[in-house]
Amino acid sequence: MGVIKKIQYNCRHATYLIEKRQHTSLSIKERIQLAIHLSGCSVCRLFQRQSRIINRVAKALFQRSASQRHTLDDTFKREMQDRINEKLSE
Amino acid sequence: MTIAADPKQWVDRYADYLYSYALARLDNEEQARDLVQETFLAALEKLDQFRGGSTERTWLTAILKYKVIDVYRKKSSGLRAEQIDHAPEVEFFEAENGHWKEAYAPQVLGVENEDPLAHKELATILQKCLQKLPVLWHSIFSMKHMDEMATETICQEMKVTQSNFWVIIHRAKLNLRACIQKAWG
Repeated sequence: MGVIKKIQYNCRHATYLIEKRQHTSLSIKERIQLAIHLSGCSVCRLFQRQSRIINRVAKALFQRSASQRHTLDDTFKREMQDRINEKLSE
Repeated sequence: MTIAADPKQWVDRYADYLYSYALARLDNEEQARDLVQETFLAALEKLDQFRGGSTERTWLTAILKYKVIDVYRKKSSGLRAEQIDHAPEVEFFEAENGHWKEAYAPQVLGVENEDPLAHKELATILQKCLQKLPVLWHSIFSMKHMDEMATETICQEMKVTQSNFWVIIHRAKLNLRACIQKAWG
């Protein structure tokens, strides 16, 4: 199979590059491989769209959980405070 | 002027914040509680290292952050080989040419538009799918997307090579997407 054909069919490699590109720069070779593949593969274009949406939703999910305020019980806090006071007076 | 650390106020000021931070990342109340305790005690040990360059909260959070990473590392140390060598790409793609297998090829889900309601539902599904990931993949995904840690740092802390890192990122996303598609349909 020709080199181009290999790239055109290799969705495993393309999806790998799609993910990698989200976090770092691809090499020139990788960029060309990905461009060739995506120009002819609508499935991987769809994968790319979905992948980005997952990133966005994950981020929103994380931000939401990060902003949730949980509180510790008073017993824990009292005991913790006691331990700290104890350590400081050593 | 440097700010002095004020340990007597730590519990009042930061205990809940640190607890929320740990809980968001560990999803385990007891573990989160333990780490808060460990953080305060560790901070007391290195009081002289607090330079006042950052706020107390930032400094304490940094200590906690690495304790969280320790937990990630410990949790994912079992079945390590499996989590690195197990290759879902083999399932999703044809062995000879890497093409999507028909059964696994992405289908349009209808979330590709910007509908916030659909995204809300998607968030719930994504949360469940994240929990299904092998711990190593979940930890790395969180460190990247939640804490936006540098790749190098993640590799260092989780003791994976850079190439393993990209493989894990790839696999995690393939799995998440497939899991979502299954739940959506």
